[in-house]
Parts: sequence; C-alpha cells; structure tokens
Amino acid sequence: MSAASPERISNGISDKRLVLSVREARKAYGFVTALAGASLDLCEGEIVALLGDNGAGKSTLIKAITGIVTLDSGAIELDGRPLRLRSPADARASGIETVFQDLAVFDNLTVSDNFLIGREQTWPRWLGPLGFLSARQEQRQWREHASALSVSHVSPSHEIGLMSGGQRQAVAVARAVAFARRVVILDEPTAALGVRESDEILTMVRRLPERGLSVIIVSHNMDHVVRVADRAVVMRQGRSVGEMDVRQGVQKDLVAMIMGVT
Amino acid sequence: MGADVDIAGKSSGTATGRRDALSIVLLLLQAGPIIILVTLVVAFGLLAPHFISVRNLQNLLAQSAIVCALGLGQFLVILVRGVDVSVGSVIALSVVTVATLTGVDQPSSIALVIYPLVGLVVGLINGLLIVKGGIPQPLVVTVAMLGIVAGVVLLISGGNTLVGVSPAVHWLANGKVLGIPAGALMVLILAGLFWLLLRRTQWGRWLYAVGGNPDVAQWVGLPRDRLIMSAYAICGTTAGIAGMLYHGRTGSASPLSGVGYELDAITAVVVGGASLFGGRGSITNVLFGALIIATIRSGLQQLDVSPFWSSVAIGIGILVALELDVLRKHIENRIRTLRARQVNQ
Ligand SMILES: Nc1ncnc2c1ncn2[C@@H]1O[C@H](COP(=O)(O)OP(=O)(O)OP(=O)(O)O)[C@@H](O)[C@H]1O
Ligand SMILES: [Mg+2]
Repeated sequence: MSAASPERISNGISDKRLVLSVREARKAYGFVTALAGASLDLCEGEIVALLGDNGAGKSTLIKAITGIVTLDSGAIELDGRPLRLRSPADARASGIETVFQDLAVFDNLTVSDNFLIGREQTWPRWLGPLGFLSARQEQRQWREHASALSVSHVSPSHEIGLMSGGQRQAVAVARAVAFARRVVILDEPTAALGVRESDEILTMVRRLPERGLSVIIVSHNMDHVVRVADRAVVMRQGRSVGEMDVRQGVQKDLVAMIMGVT
Repeated sequence: MGADVDIAGKSSGTATGRRDALSIVLLLLQAGPIIILVTLVVAFGLLAPHFISVRNLQNLLAQSAIVCALGLGQFLVILVRGVDVSVGSVIALSVVTVATLTGVDQPSSIALVIYPLVGLVVGLINGLLIVKGGIPQPLVVTVAMLGIVAGVVLLISGGNTLVGVSPAVHWLANGKVLGIPAGALMVLILAGLFWLLLRRTQWGRWLYAVGGNPDVAQWVGLPRDRLIMSAYAICGTTAGIAGMLYHGRTGSASPLSGVGYELDAITAVVVGGASLFGGRGSITNVLFGALIIATIRSGLQQLDVSPFWSSVAIGIGILVALELDVLRKHIENRIRTLRARQVNQ
C-alpha cells in the first residue's frame, strides 16, 4: 500500500473523528451475494471514494446506509451510535442525504418541488400531509439555498423533465447537499454528464467539508476521483479489498486495485 | 473570427427556436381536451339543429355526471401508474346494497353514506392486494375484483331488481339548481375539492411524485404504499358516489347496474390527457374528457347515427389519445437534448 502523501494537507484519518462506520455488512438477493462482509469508515470532513467494478456491491452498500436495503448481518454506526434504519426517511432524519445512481429526480415535478420533496412544510400542522403548501415559503427556501449551491441559474418553477442531464443532476445534488447534516452520499453523480457539467458538480462536492460534511462518492472515473477524494476504498465481489490515500498520479494504482492485479 | 462567432450564435439561435416551437406543441397537447370538446360541440351544433339547446345541454351534463365522478377517482389511480376496472361492479354493489339494506320504499338519508362506504371498502381491498399482496399488475387484480364483486351483487340480490329509490337520491340525480342538474353540480364541487387536494396539499404533490417515479419516491422516504392505497380507496369511493347517481337516474336497483362503465371512466381520463405512464394529468382535463365522451354519445344520437358507431368513435378516441401521449414523451426528450446541447455550447 502506498505511503501517505506529503504534499497533501494531511487529512490525517487517525486524528479525525469517526462519523460513519460500516462493519462486516452482508446482503444476499436470493442466490446473488451483493455484500459479503464489506466495511467502510468515514471521518469528519473527509471525502471517500468508493470504487469497484460493475456489480462489486457499491450501490448495495450505499442503499444499506440509506435505509433502502436491510442488511442480513453487520453493523452501521453513526457518530459512535448504532444506526437502525427502517426506512429511507430514518436516514434523512439522521442527517444522511443521498444522490442515487441514474438521475433520481421526479421528471413531472418542478425544480423546487424536487428540491423540497419530503420536506414540504404544511399548514395547518394538524392536517399532516393533507395540510396546504405555501408557494411563497417554498420560493423563499429555494432562494436561500440556490445561490450557495450553484443552481441559481436554474428556474425553480420549470418542470425538471425538460432540463438537461446536468441541470437535473445539479438539482439532485443540491437537494442532498442542502439538507444533509452529517453525510452526503453520491452514487456516480457524474456518470451521465458532459465535461462542464461534471466540473460544476465536482467543485460543489469539493467544498462540502468546509461545512463539516463527510462525503462518500462512487465513480468509475479515476480522474474525477483524484480531483475530489481524500481516500479511496475499493470493493470487489461484495468485500472491501483495500484502501489508498488519493493524490495526483495514483490513477493506475487505483485501477490495478479495482481489477485485482497487484 | 467574426464569422466563427456568427455561426455559433446562429446555431444556438436555431436550437432555441426549435425548442420554443416544440414547447408550443407541448402546450397545445396540454390544451388538447378543451380544444377537442369545443370543436365537437360546435360541429354537432352545426349538424344537429337541437344539439345546442338548454334541454339537451342539461341532459348532457346530467348524463356525464356519472362518468365524471368515476373519472375523478380513476384519475388518481392512473396518476400512480395503476388502473381500476372494478368500478363498474362497484356501482352495482353500492346500488344493490343500499336497496337491500334500507328497502326502497322507506325514504332514508342514511343511504347517502352507504353508497360511498361500499365503494371505499372495495377500493381498500384493491389497494391492499396491489400494495401489500405484492401483485404488481393492477389490471389483473381489478379485473378479478370486477368479477368477484359482480358475483357478490348477484348473490345479494338473488338476481332480482328492486324498483324504487329514496327521494333524496332521486333529487340529486334528476333535480336542478338554477337550471343546472344537481348531480353535475355535486360532481363539480367534488372536482373542486380534488383539485385543491392534488394541487395545494402535500399529499397531492406526493401522489404526483409517486406516479412520476415510484422508486425515487421510496428512496426519498415518501410513504409510497400508503399513497397508492389512498388512490385506490378514493377511486372506490367515487365509484360508490357514481352508483348513487346511477341509482337515482334509473330509479331501480338492478344487479346489472353500471356494466361497462369502467371503460367510460378510463376513457375519460385518457382522453383527458392523463398519461398511463403515470404522474401526468389534471382534474379539469378529466372533466373535459368525460364531457367529450358524453358529447360524442349524445351528438351521434341526435344525428340518428347507430349507437354502435359511438363505441367505435370512443375506441378510436382512446387510441389517438394514447398516441398523443407517446408523442408528448418524445417531444419532451427532444427538448431535453436540445437544451443539453445548448448548455454545452
Ligand atoms: N435488487 C436486486 N436484486 C437482485 N440482485 C441485485 C439487486 N441489486 C443488486 N443486485 C446484484 O448485487 C450485486 C451488486 O450490485 P450493486 O448494484 O451493488 O453493484 P455496483 O457496485 O453498484 O455496480 P455498478 O458499478 O454497476 O453500479 C450485483 O451482482 C447485482 O446484480
Ligand atoms: Mg451502482
């Protein structure tokens, strides 16, 4: 394994506080084993790249942390406390926000509807979901966040289905970033994007640690990984098989580790 | 250099132009139902001398009230990518249940509650089977329910028709308020309520979200299953209300009440421009859809065309509406790529 990089502002993993840890995660879909004892640590303000070939189990691990998939066995801890997730709503309530693979937006809703989905404030309270939405308040919420998240050029009242892939992904990322309190998880956020659109997303991601957020990012693009990540964790066949500090020029090593040739 | 800039400017200009043209087509598609309705009314008005008369229009509204009521509930189900074909039988079940429970001679206003309650029960069963039973084909589930309920209706009624209906129900179906049929007015108020719920409440927005992308809805933590259940429950309830209007209009409780109405309900929603892909459509267009059907029926009747032809016309109407929906999806994709190209220029 390569030594810690000297020129990097050391993100000294040892002296940082552990935010999220997954231990020995196992999950089988029928006869398909998606996770076979995967582990993952994430420190405060750290950006970890989760790497691995197609089918390595990255998305499944993320879905377990997000409460979509229930693990067969294994433990997830957030801030040192066991995290019990019965639904994705639990994960959001714990401060974990996720951008899922394949543009996870509602094409038939507007930009600001997408941004606020599941977090709408209603009036009067006691009516619950049957309470009324306030368009004015939603506009205000959008304006508060939009400028900080580089989506200010997107019109909030436009239907998101009519926007380009980059704009849609930007809104999906903004939704996660705006409301996350502990961890932001991005599953291939740049997969469908062009060069400029990827750039914007990566810049946004790189700034998240300033706000005290930790990030897990899945990507197949090693150049993107090198640009944003502090550390890389590699998965193969449902297991975490190695990790490496990330700095310029490690692309080849990362690829070798993903393919399992050492 | 100057030429370069010119070319770049021009090409992005035409892309914008094309996008705007496509956006206009999209708007036209959205306004389609009202355009079709007005065209039909004008055409029949010119062809059939008595078509645009107060009496005929009153009749038309009263007739369409049943399909409108059915369409409101059906729209919610189609919005969440489902369909409910059991509503025809639910009409019969509500009618026969009321007639059996309250008797037909005793005027009883409790009946007004029983119709929607019967529908609610069937709707909840549909929703439970589809959501909790894990049967992913709503069509098959509700076809089975159509048969089951039709059988239950025959069992309850013994195949007999009870003649008579309570005065309150009779008035709702045949009475008039300021010249407007009471049933139509009731459905209009109901539609207003639906519009408010769908467009102004969190529940409504979530329903559109679930229809637009059920997986993402679950991922972001919306109560997807309960939302889908609520759509089926409400669809059953509106079918019960339609049963009340049906009972009032026919004045008797036949076990064969409402046969075939499920097709009209689905047609109204689809012709009204709601997408079978889910997540698209509006309450107003559903009403227009129901009125289009009623107009075709009544217009062809006035022209002394065989009623068989109206089936053909309505069937063609469904197919055209479905094709237009596919076209809409296609145009949206085009707009998206044009916009992406512009962003990357
Ligand atoms: N819902 C499911 N049902 C059955 N098998 C599944 C399901 N989801 C994932 N799998 C299987 O689990 C394994 C891991 O899948 P996963 O999506 O986690 O991989 P991944 O690392 O995210 O791959 P990719 O890079 O292609 O996104 C694969 O073999 C996949 O086929
Ligand atoms: Mg994946």
